[in-house]
Amino acid sequence: MRHLMSPLDFTTEELDKLFDLANDIEKNPEHFAHACDGKILATCFYEPSTRTRLSFESAMTRLGGRVIGFADAASSSASKGESVSDTIRIISCYADICAMRHPKEGAPMVASEKSTIPVINAGDGGHQHPTQTLTDLLTIRSLKGRLGNFTIGLCGDLKFGRTVHSLINALVRYDNIRFVFISPEELKVPDYITDMLKDRKIPYEEVIRLEQVMPELDMLYMTRVQKERFFNEEDYVRLKDFYILNASKMALAKQDMLVLHPLPRVNEISVEVDDDPRAVYFKQAQYGVYVRMALILTLLEKER
Amino acid sequence: MLNVGKLEEGFVLDHIKAGRSLDIYYLLQLDKLDCTVAIIKNARSNKMDKKDILKVECDINMLNFDVLALIDHSITVNVIKNGEIVEKKELALPKQIKNVIKCHNPRCITSIEQELPHIFYLADTQKEIYRCKYCEEKYSGYSGS
Repeated sequence: MRHLMSPLDFTTEELDKLFDLANDIEKNPEHFAHACDGKILATCFYEPSTRTRLSFESAMTRLGGRVIGFADAASSSASKGESVSDTIRIISCYADICAMRHPKEGAPMVASEKSTIPVINAGDGGHQHPTQTLTDLLTIRSLKGRLGNFTIGLCGDLKFGRTVHSLINALVRYDNIRFVFISPEELKVPDYITDMLKDRKIPYEEVIRLEQVMPELDMLYMTRVQKERFFNEEDYVRLKDFYILNASKMALAKQDMLVLHPLPRVNEISVEVDDDPRAVYFKQAQYGVYVRMALILTLLEKER
Repeated sequence: MLNVGKLEEGFVLDHIKAGRSLDIYYLLQLDKLDCTVAIIKNARSNKMDKKDILKVECDINMLNFDVLALIDHSITVNVIKNGEIVEKKELALPKQIKNVIKCHNPRCITSIEQELPHIFYLADTQKEIYRCKYCEEKYSGYSGS
């Protein structure tokens, strides 16, 4: 039995297989409409995340399976003080696979240690968000035709943004990737990421202004400055509008550059960019469903 | 010079950085063992100017010294049997440390699930970096448990 805690849990060869399956689902959804008949997905969300939860629920429903779960900690037994270890033991009796989001880092790993069903980390605090990473990788591979040989800019909250950390960890396994980190001083990537890049001799650059690097990017990954990651309102208000992508910045970019965003966006990408063919963040959400379908099939060993 | 009697069986931990002997006393959980312990602070040392020494009289299989490397590589562990040094132990960084150091990341699951063990793994042997198994927070210096 396998779990998914980090994008690194799968080798690049296994990821290729997963993405081939996701592309197959995209082309022939009817072939998979009953692949999970009789199976149950539990979505255990200890903090609200409508988007990720609905993506998982859509994925399982499109595979013919059913979904149970809770959407925030207040409606779970955690509000009565039950531990994650105990909850997953119970969920294991009710479902065949579990997607867990938790505000505390490492909670899904604790669950996986006690679980008798596959556990998918659907986001744990500021730590990892592997299914978002799989979504990002599938989007890049499907729309660029390759995973490697590009310069990717990551912009916004690079300190607390778990999607960013997961994506970097996943991309370093591919050849010839250069990172450009665009963030205010207060929200720079953590040292363990830059330490790892230095160790692996992977080129990276840290800059303050988005405009100065736009022409060199093959991809731009925008992120939201999340209010819940700040300890006080003042810091949030000061930083949230720091980096806004608009049409004039897009004019500086390559014609085939892709703009990705894990969504939801607040105002870091102005709506005038939405109609630009390089803006692929809504397509990305669609790929999120395909990759979660492929993941559920793979973890339930129903991929073929 | 202060004299402490000779051990028959046990350990002498020599070349402890001056002032760290009590950290090691607690790290090895000597406070929980019913054995004779001599803590020598600020002993004169040719090599280190000042050093601490711990002498522990106990069965030589009783203590696990792997975690000592976490604090200081340069500590010398002399194993004593029948009043003689029978072995000088090399300190090696343990691959994993359980319930010796605590994760201080307030966002880590170990901060709310009380019964969870605090497990750190050796993430980088060369740089001697340990990270929490659950949240990957870097261990930043021993502060006791």
